[in-house]
Amino acid sequence: MNVTLTVNGVSHTVDVEDRTLLVHLLRDHLGLTATNIGCDTTSCGACTVLLDGESVKSCTVLAASVDGQSVTTLEGLADGERWHRVQEGFRAKHGLQCGFCTPGMVMAAVSLLAENPSPTAAQVREGLEGNLCRCTGYHNIVAAVLEAAEGSVAR
Amino acid sequence: MIPAPFDYVRADSADAALAALREHGDDAKLLAGGQSLLPLMKLRLATPGVVVDVSRAADLAYVREDGDVLAIGALTRHCDIVSAEVVTAHAPLLAHAASGVGDRQVRHRGTIGGSVAHADPSADLPTALLALDASYVVRGPAGERTITATEFATGFLETVLAPDELLIEIRVPKATGEAWGYQKFTRRAIDWATVAVAVQARGGGTAISLGNMGSTVLRAASAEAALAGGASAADAAQHADDGTEPAADVTASADYRRHLARVLTKRALAAAGRS
Ligand SMILES: Cc1cc2nc3c(=O)[nH]c(=O)nc-3n(C[C@H](O)[C@H](O)[C@H](O)COP(=O)(O)OP(=O)(O)OC[C@H]3O[C@@H](n4cnc5c(N)ncnc54)[C@H](O)[C@@H]3O)c2cc1C
Ligand code: FES
Ligand code: FES
Repeated sequence: MNVTLTVNGVSHTVDVEDRTLLVHLLRDHLGLTATNIGCDTTSCGACTVLLDGESVKSCTVLAASVDGQSVTTLEGLADGERWHRVQEGFRAKHGLQCGFCTPGMVMAAVSLLAENPSPTAAQVREGLEGNLCRCTGYHNIVAAVLEAAEGSVAR
Repeated sequence: MIPAPFDYVRADSADAALAALREHGDDAKLLAGGQSLLPLMKLRLATPGVVVDVSRAADLAYVREDGDVLAIGALTRHCDIVSAEVVTAHAPLLAHAASGVGDRQVRHRGTIGGSVAHADPSADLPTALLALDASYVVRGPAGERTITATEFATGFLETVLAPDELLIEIRVPKATGEAWGYQKFTRRAIDWATVAVAVQARGGGTAISLGNMGSTVLRAASAEAALAGGASAADAAQHADDGTEPAADVTASADYRRHLARVLTKRALAAAGRS
């Protein structure tokens, strides 16, 4: 079947099997491999992308379901050479080690800040509960997201 | 992991979904948010021949006031229930329970109708809806029928829904200004409840429901009766597990679940101002 969707601002029509998952459309058909597959069981959040601006786990969304919708992956965040403020926050606060969870973590954080622009540290921790990191212990990830937030409070 | 092959049918309205179910019969499965069905399909625990995708049926995504009742479309997502002011005002127990479902990503996709129809006894929304005396409106070839939350689930992941029926609306009698409590015990973030207890006061009475204390969500009938008979909350809570047959699994033994039911009932009653 044909699925037409906008990915990072560019419209694509892709011929996929009906059972194709969004993450495979992105990685295997469009070659956008920033989005990782970790658990493949909806638990780890490594595959998080934005669907019409909201975070979803792309290993648990059918490609067919998003026909006509708009997807943003990590590749689409920066504005040319200018990084997104969440990316800047991760760099400034050393919010990554191996980097495997990072694309999903960043996309989840972008969605969180869109819904709650000035979260507390506790709200960041809870807001990212769907994303697992095996390296950092989360401390610097929380600092990175607070750095990116406007007028953040209660560090 | 990818699901076994199936034919995909998109149904963007209740009528289109019913027509597709009629056409494809027992081989068809409805897909709402997919947050329960797709994981099962990836593990090949579910292998429908036809998937009828209702995730974008706009006529089934709404929250509105209908006199003394909140009418919630089956395709309303968890995140929209959390943020709907009419839910916070008239059924805060439901908004609170929805805020604890999985994580933000799951709440951006998962729907109240999918959660009710899936009938997982450990799920948050069915537990809250049972204490709220909700009822479920179902549409099928023979027309519409309304089923109470008490009668809806018949066993583990089993309901009175026929394969050609669609859950269209959840009706919640308003509980404006009434006290409530919700206690969910989990070992890990984003997990389902090991045991959950919902308490909803209404017109002087108190409803208590239990999640994951049997093959369906349950009312704690003996504890409710004890309260109605004048027992203290602490004494009534001792009856929370009466008559239940909780499962034993990797997270808890049956005895531990019974213990949790009693403790969480006491805490939920305290949160609802009963001591
Ligand atoms: C990581 C993770 C954590 C989770 N944690 C929790 C949790 O803590 N608490 C909790 O309660 N839930 C939890 N869930 C489950 C979540 O609530 C699901 O969203 C919900 O159970 C199913 O809703 P859905 O819209 O995704 O339904 P789907 O997965 O699309 O469908 C589920 C079932 O319902 C049927 N169905 C769907 N809609 C209808 C309808 N309108 N009429 C008739 N049948 C229908 C489908 O055919 C299917 O059998 C979690 C899920 C995940 C992936
Ligand atoms: S790969 Fe999707 S949640 Fe882990
Ligand atoms: S940085 Fe390695 S998993 Fe998060």
